[in-house]
Amino acid sequence: MIVNEQVAVDHGLKKDEYKKICDLLKRVPNITELGIFSAMWNEHCSYKSSRFHLKNLPTKGKNVIQGPGENAGVIDIGDDDAIVFKIESHNHPSFIEPYQGAATGVGGIMRDVFTMGARPIANLNSIHFGSPQHKKTKNLLRGVVQGIGGYGNCMGVPTIAGQTSFDESYNGNILVNAMTLGHVKKNKIFYSKAAGLGKPVIYVGSKTGRDGIHGASMASAVFDEKIEEKKPTVQVGDPFTEKLLLEACLELMAGDSIIAIQDMGAAGLTSSSIEMASKGNLGIEINLNKVPCREKKMTPYEIMLSESQERMLIVLENGKEDLAKKIFDKWNLDFAVIGKTTKNKKIELYFNEEKVADIPVNTLVENSPMYERKWKKTKLPKKIKIEKEQFKNLKIVNVLNKILSSPNICSKEWIWQQYDQTVMGDTIQKPGGDAGVVRVHGSNKAVAASVDSSAIYCWAHPLSGGKQVVCESWRNLIAVGAKPIAITNCLNFGSPENEENMGEFVECVQGLGEASLYLEFPVVSGNVSFYNQTKNIGIKPTPTIGGVGLIKNYQNMVTMDLKQSNNILLVVGKTEGHLAQSLFARDILNEKNGPPPEINLFNEKNNGEIILKLMDKKFIKSAHDVSLGGIITALSKMCIKGKKGATLKKPNYLINQFEYLFSEDQGRYIIEIEKNNFNNVTEILKKNSIHYDDLGTVNENELIIDEKSKVTIDELIKFHTSWLNRYIGK
Amino acid sequence: MNSSVITFPGSNCDRDMDVALKKFGFKNKMVWHNDVELPKSDLVVLPGGFSYGDYLRCGSMASKSKIMQSVINFANDGGKVMGICNGFQILVESGLLPGVLLRNKYLEFICKNIFVKVNNTNNSFFKALKKNTLKLHIAHNEGNYFCSKEQFKEINDNNQIALYYSDKNGNVDENCNPNGSIANIAGIFNKEKNVLGMMPHPERMIDPVLSGEDGSIFFENLINNLKK
Repeated sequence: MIVNEQVAVDHGLKKDEYKKICDLLKRVPNITELGIFSAMWNEHCSYKSSRFHLKNLPTKGKNVIQGPGENAGVIDIGDDDAIVFKIESHNHPSFIEPYQGAATGVGGIMRDVFTMGARPIANLNSIHFGSPQHKKTKNLLRGVVQGIGGYGNCMGVPTIAGQTSFDESYNGNILVNAMTLGHVKKNKIFYSKAAGLGKPVIYVGSKTGRDGIHGASMASAVFDEKIEEKKPTVQVGDPFTEKLLLEACLELMAGDSIIAIQDMGAAGLTSSSIEMASKGNLGIEINLNKVPCREKKMTPYEIMLSESQERMLIVLENGKEDLAKKIFDKWNLDFAVIGKTTKNKKIELYFNEEKVADIPVNTLVENSPMYERKWKKTKLPKKIKIEKEQFKNLKIVNVLNKILSSPNICSKEWIWQQYDQTVMGDTIQKPGGDAGVVRVHGSNKAVAASVDSSAIYCWAHPLSGGKQVVCESWRNLIAVGAKPIAITNCLNFGSPENEENMGEFVECVQGLGEASLYLEFPVVSGNVSFYNQTKNIGIKPTPTIGGVGLIKNYQNMVTMDLKQSNNILLVVGKTEGHLAQSLFARDILNEKNGPPPEINLFNEKNNGEIILKLMDKKFIKSAHDVSLGGIITALSKMCIKGKKGATLKKPNYLINQFEYLFSEDQGRYIIEIEKNNFNNVTEILKKNSIHYDDLGTVNENELIIDEKSKVTIDELIKFHTSWLNRYIGK
Repeated sequence: MNSSVITFPGSNCDRDMDVALKKFGFKNKMVWHNDVELPKSDLVVLPGGFSYGDYLRCGSMASKSKIMQSVINFANDGGKVMGICNGFQILVESGLLPGVLLRNKYLEFICKNIFVKVNNTNNSFFKALKKNTLKLHIAHNEGNYFCSKEQFKEINDNNQIALYYSDKNGNVDENCNPNGSIANIAGIFNKEKNVLGMMPHPERMIDPVLSGEDGSIFFENLINNLKK
């Protein structure tokens, strides 16, 4: 095939990018080389629109062992233990083929984690669908949930937390973000930097097929009416092979044979070989005839661009080939020496004894395009006045019913039950709490993890939204008694070529950076997913934050279920009554304007740290952060989980009841304490200038809001569980 | 007491079972599916997981593993064999237990806490158990136990039904059947009661910080019975 400008454009490259390739090579590339450039230079692999802004994120901290740039981030949790974690999107494939798209998303992120030597110990996911009424939503939901379960369950890694939302902006582009945490000893972390000359380059895992060719390019473009044709770009997962690959890799990693290891994810053999060479500042030579292939007559182009799953590339120490092969034979996996490291800093490919590609590595990586895209600032929306007259016709219990049974708040039990949450025997907090918690096997420590996003706030004002979502992640970890350590982010946005969407990205990232810097909650890994857009309609900006925290003694973990009648409930943090962009304003009053709640980073940090202090002193019996739906929604969930009721008091300052109960002011928690600790607790709060409200007391089985508004816990459970089961037809 | 846990390719509850057995006093050995001989054992456990990816019928490939001939011989000589979840499926496929395990009624994987009522305590697995009803955990896609009418009559007559899904008070009815199993069956024995297969995972309930401790009751009792 003759390569020209049109062929390059068909590969998703821009005309000037093609010209740059020809200039760098000082010749026209052949088709294999063009394929390699298109795979390395697409948005998904090159971060060409985002790099400029991402470099401002805080990525360092005293617990950070490895920040962004490796397969996953690594943090220190003491005693030689480290946690490896990352979140990644698999949005485009999941919309085209929900089961396989979601499954391979989960498989891919687990591979990123065990590539670094860590055994995966927990999975999380954040999934976003279109309006429940949209014709595709139900099948996409079913497919995605089954795909996530199908892969994670077979791998034997528990799914411990997650988030599901519905919004019409995802009608044409669903989001599937998968996160994995792994545990590794600090001296056994593996990296992707190749080193040494003439070292064997090894291919292990599944055979290469024609699936997923151009997957990464597909994920770097907007959808149009021809998306069904893109099905072949979706990879097919084989969790069984990945389980074998995991065990085989960890077995090999126990020794000292590996110099560098990299999984073949997006852009398969191309990006894995080039990344290892680039990081090691050397070259790699590969004989493509040695690559184990599943199908006949595969061309160099297909072999290099296949995104077949469950494959790894390893640079081995000389002389260790036999030892390594033995391990992979034991696990029935392919093992092939396909090339070697070279000093000429090129990627050189041979096929049928002919050289089929010869590209200097730096042209693919350092010289890849970087754009400073134009972007538009989003002004803070004007404050709106919500007329209190409207509240007169509302009955609190009816509103509460509507909120608890709304798609974004209702119980997601139907989803959780399809995920194995308890395999590995260390899950001490299952989905449905503020964060999932797993013990570090064989120790007293536990790690907590949460995934969060707030697309509504980000859409209303990206800068505030970006800050808010980091704060929410921080709060969720605090609420289970964990000290927040670091985050990973999955930045889901529309087209970067559109100034509004690019502006949303820039300002969300700015907000996210400000909050993570202030809270000392650095970003250690992440992924950007642009082009979540069908024709010219993009999704609401949806940065997803995966937060990880440490509980030094797992016996001190806190849960949100109410524990004991007559205990006192406090709201920690000030309730100002901010209703704009709240669930109450949007869903009940149908008011979609106004700014999202303000973020006060000082209060956020102060409140969180003092909550942890109160937990250290064992004053807190249960805790829950106040987020979507306000105090009453948060409290209802605590009641439902604990099968206890609560009797509310009036706040001791002037505030409308609806504003008090439903507003979404930030930085707040509800805590349950014993009566005899009331003075101790409030003393500490006062000393640290933290506002608190005496919310009421725990009772046996009824939520009593005032004389006229009462609801039993059984009814609350019904409100909370009915919608999803009905929707799914159970 | 010596125990052996078999690891098949795709087993993923083998470590959990190892942890549980050791916690309650067993000297446990992990045995690779390709081995031919079993170490000296008082109990052999086939753990949960997705042996061979469950790509054919669940458990069917594993039931043909090299080690399985030794497991079958061991069972036929009266050795105690226990299969949990995928292990139960393998026991059924190997012919050590009657019946089959079909896909769950709603065709969905189910992971949750359930209660089981112990039906037969006249055997080494449940003799002298402190409780009649245990809170355990299930996590499976194919736990829907099925057998022919004749087989059902036979296992019933022989008192081979080990566990029923029940409510917390031990009442057995359709409302507490999570997967559509015939007669709420959660576990069965062979005729001789030295082979037990069950879907619930006692090894996930061995610590108060986990979902519960009824698994501890089961394992403590089991090792005491085997010592006798």
